[in-house]
Amino acid sequence: MPSDSKVYRAEKKLLTGREYIGVNKIDGPLIFIKHTHPIGYRELIECIDRQGKPRLGMVLDTSEEIVVAQIFEGTSGMTMPDTRVRFMGESLKIGVTRDMLGRIFNGLGQPVDGGPEPDSEAEIDVNGKPINPTARAYPKDFIQTGISAIDGMNTLIRGQKLPIFSGNGLPHNELAAQIARQAKIKGAKTNFAVVFAAMGVKNDVARFFIRSFEESGVLSNVALFLSLADDPSIERIITPRTALTLAEHLAFEHDMHVLVILTDMSNYCESLREISTIRGEIPSRKGYPGYLYSDLAELYERSGMLKGFSGSITQIPILTMPNDDISHPIPDLSGYITEGQIVFEREMFARSIYPPVAGLPSLSRLMKDGIGEGMTREDHPHLASQLFAAYSYVKDVRNLASVIGEEELTPLDHQYLEFGDAFERKFVTQGQNEDRTIEQTLDLGWEMLSLLPPEELHRVTDEELEKYYGRNRI
Amino acid sequence: MSDRIIGKVKRVNGPVIVASGVTDAIMLELVRVGEVKLVGEIIKLEEENAVIQVYEDTTGITPGENIYGSGMQLSVELGPGLISTIYDGIQRPLEEIHKISNQFIERGISMPALSRTAKWHFEPESLQPGSPLLPGTILGNVKETELIDHKILVPPDIEGTLVSLAAEGDYTVEEVIGLVKTAEGGEKSLHLMHRWPIRKARPVTRRLPLDIPLITGQRVIDTLFPVAKGGTVAIPGGFGTGKTMTQHAIAKWCDASLIVYIGCGERGNEMTDVLMEFPKLIDPRTDLPLIKRTVLIANTSNMPVSAREASIYTGVTLAEYYRDQGYHVAVMADSTSRWAEALRELSGRMEEMPAEEGFPAYLPTRIAEFYERAGNMEVLCGKTGSVTIIGAVSPPGGDFSEPVTQHTKRFVRCFWGLDRQLANARHYPAISWLESYSEYLDDIIPWWNQRVGAQWSADRKEIMELLQKEVRLQQVVKLVGPDALPDSQRFILEVCTLFKNAFLQQNAFDDIDRYAVAEKQMKMLELIVTYWRKGSQAIKSGVTLVKLKRMKVIPDIVKMKFTIPNDDLSQFDKLQLRLERSLDQLEQVYA
Ligand SMILES: Nc1ncnc2c1ncn2[C@@H]1O[C@H](COP(=O)(O)OP(=O)(O)OP(=O)(O)O)[C@@H](O)[C@H]1O
Ligand SMILES: [Mg+2]
Repeated sequence: MPSDSKVYRAEKKLLTGREYIGVNKIDGPLIFIKHTHPIGYRELIECIDRQGKPRLGMVLDTSEEIVVAQIFEGTSGMTMPDTRVRFMGESLKIGVTRDMLGRIFNGLGQPVDGGPEPDSEAEIDVNGKPINPTARAYPKDFIQTGISAIDGMNTLIRGQKLPIFSGNGLPHNELAAQIARQAKIKGAKTNFAVVFAAMGVKNDVARFFIRSFEESGVLSNVALFLSLADDPSIERIITPRTALTLAEHLAFEHDMHVLVILTDMSNYCESLREISTIRGEIPSRKGYPGYLYSDLAELYERSGMLKGFSGSITQIPILTMPNDDISHPIPDLSGYITEGQIVFEREMFARSIYPPVAGLPSLSRLMKDGIGEGMTREDHPHLASQLFAAYSYVKDVRNLASVIGEEELTPLDHQYLEFGDAFERKFVTQGQNEDRTIEQTLDLGWEMLSLLPPEELHRVTDEELEKYYGRNRI
Repeated sequence: MSDRIIGKVKRVNGPVIVASGVTDAIMLELVRVGEVKLVGEIIKLEEENAVIQVYEDTTGITPGENIYGSGMQLSVELGPGLISTIYDGIQRPLEEIHKISNQFIERGISMPALSRTAKWHFEPESLQPGSPLLPGTILGNVKETELIDHKILVPPDIEGTLVSLAAEGDYTVEEVIGLVKTAEGGEKSLHLMHRWPIRKARPVTRRLPLDIPLITGQRVIDTLFPVAKGGTVAIPGGFGTGKTMTQHAIAKWCDASLIVYIGCGERGNEMTDVLMEFPKLIDPRTDLPLIKRTVLIANTSNMPVSAREASIYTGVTLAEYYRDQGYHVAVMADSTSRWAEALRELSGRMEEMPAEEGFPAYLPTRIAEFYERAGNMEVLCGKTGSVTIIGAVSPPGGDFSEPVTQHTKRFVRCFWGLDRQLANARHYPAISWLESYSEYLDDIIPWWNQRVGAQWSADRKEIMELLQKEVRLQQVVKLVGPDALPDSQRFILEVCTLFKNAFLQQNAFDDIDRYAVAEKQMKMLELIVTYWRKGSQAIKSGVTLVKLKRMKVIPDIVKMKFTIPNDDLSQFDKLQLRLERSLDQLEQVYA
């Protein structure tokens, strides 16, 4: 019945923008309004409070009787009778443009740096749309971060989503900033941008990043979206979406290689839990909603490369593990979605190892196709595998030594201990401004392996041993 | 699609919609919601209301919008053209969608799963008009790929006598290729294609015993925890422990005739990986690209959650259809946990009473129903075909005591538990030899012993016992160090380490090691068991462990998986001979 639907749409258009005075319930960041015209799911709303301040929100549940919406700027100071509500007839869109680089915005994409609202090139729904898997190109390009623990052992690939699993007080910001400063593609001059989204982090963290971008002279290539600790927690829900919407625009309309840093995902998840609890949803683990996995996937999957496009989106989400517990739902569900993880170890940090990248639980799943001959160096895959194997044995030996005492260890095990220490002190450890080439990293790896007898090195070939083993030990 | 309005939207809560004014809807009916015509399915009828699960993003759907009925259940299209195709969870062809929209999946796109214009060369069977047609009768053949003779079957719900059958020639899937007169006297047309509802298992004649292994080429699986053709397996493991890699490896190298790979709520790039790699990889058994035997279902984690729920049924229905033509089909479902979570989310939105951890009380029933669709069957056309289901499970926190792992364990007969410690140590595949098991072992021993080597079951048993002993010895070592053990016991540790490095670890990225034929596995096992048996003899006669370890042949055994390819197995016999000689020499010196 096409005529029917035409009438219907015309009617809806007429009603759009109609204002309702008074809401029926306010609960945390949610408002409930009865007896409205038919409202669409996820429709954008605007609330105007008593002081005349407008706040944006989104419809979470809609029916003939009642509409539930979340208010991104929070509901504090709102009153039931005086709040005016307007339904906008469409979902939340933000204007995006290349000119947003070099600027600072709040979580909803409104400038907070005192500058003018940039003229947008397109208005785009912040929720994004799933990328068709057949449209993707498999990420393969090696990014040199200049950090041995990453380049050598957990290689970052252009288009990858590789989170940092950290803990409170650990130097994740330092590492993320160092990556953003140093990241480059071998032999290529690229058109790059950084999109930075802060959710619930403190002001000085944001300042740290801004300063670091400034010092390295890249600030004009960075767009920052800040929803800080003292901003309403609900705004954090929309912040990464806003940031990723711009990232997609830059990558796929302007052919840019975009590095997206999202910090701190744990705060994002907590806001999600808050809304879910208020709505009375049945929780799954630790009170987090059952859809946390799908929700995080909606964000993390907005990365990658596409066939026929030269731009890319690489994501480095940062999350602090509550109690350093990697099995907590936030790191756990993230790990199930991302393409590996850089895990920080508090114990290494205590021994002043920077970056404190744990050897065994860290992993880059995309490195297999991005390293080796023609990409990094032909010995890289075997070298990395051998370093992992040897370091894993070091952990066993250390355990054993703690029980029976170091004196009781065999000479070979002593050699392993020596290797383990050198690996942590020389290979993993580096300065915050130290930028190593991949060749330096790999040579350093061989220098470490040369502390072990060659018969122990099963994972490298005889030719590789011939060529690299003991080279730097005269 | 019909324009029958069956009701109006009353409430929208994520992918769950309540419709009102519903009087003539059918349970499980496929519907279209709103003016954007989103695909949905009726999952509950209650007085004048219907609950609809919508397979696309419901943003913008508004109370009052129309709901259109289709008169049929959510079904898949079965016919030539499935192979090498990638579908979403409700069988929409993603490549075709990509052609007409852009890099993103737009909503409300409706597209036939099978091309309506492609012509297929149909060769009819010699069936005379008047001959009886039973469900599953083979009407003819279409060469779908170089590998797959696609048998055109009488659909399971049609029976009667043949009126006419088309001559050999080229037909589209919709053209009539035959007429059948049914018992009620009506006439029905037959096509290269038919539809089947995804939630209903396709009928078979009977179940057959499961006594032939599915050779996966992965040593830890085939040798230690084998699965039978038609069997069911769960692969549980925390993130990054190797579920997907294991399933990819099996999809590539196992000896099934056809693979249905279901990416259920997992990463987009993993599907891209398959799409890029399978057309290039050559199936060693047929010398053809692997994609020629593969159907892909991709409902990635960011695609709508209800279509994720449907995806595993879509996949298994396609598998059953090829099974009905007499093929052995292996289904990979990665990950069934994401499917269970989709169930949980939908159930929560419907405000159902939750059972454990928010999952609905019917979770175990659904898991059981899914795995029941596996089996080795005598199919309606009289042939034998099988569906093997290999499901990944992603337990929260890697903790196997959670509901999905626990219930899955009840309904599968083979369990490949992935171990975080092994994965962290980069021991891949990280399948734990202590926690895993296979209930198919006893039934497939005859196959191995008769086809591959008479000593297979004895060797296997011996090595399994050693691995158990090793655990106890390791506990002692942890307390007092290895030096406290006598050589005879340290030798057990030594053999187990060798077995783990040289045999169990298998590198999926190595051109030679990535899969091992049954005979290669047998010969490698034989070598290590020989080392154990003769070595412990030698130790008894006074040879020291150090001497055994220093034998020149040992490094060659460690590297044999990388150096000896599947087509040059005689090298193993030489290695075996060298090993035996070296051991004999040592023993002579010390005796
Ligand atoms: N057989 C193998 N050979 C070599 N590497 C492997 C093997 N199995 C796993 N890996 C390594 O482990 C990584 C993770 O494996 P995989 O993606 O299969 O994990 P998963 O269990 O599916 O994780 P998730 O649940 O997060 O999807 C791979 O990227 C690869 O680096
Ligand atoms: Mg996986």
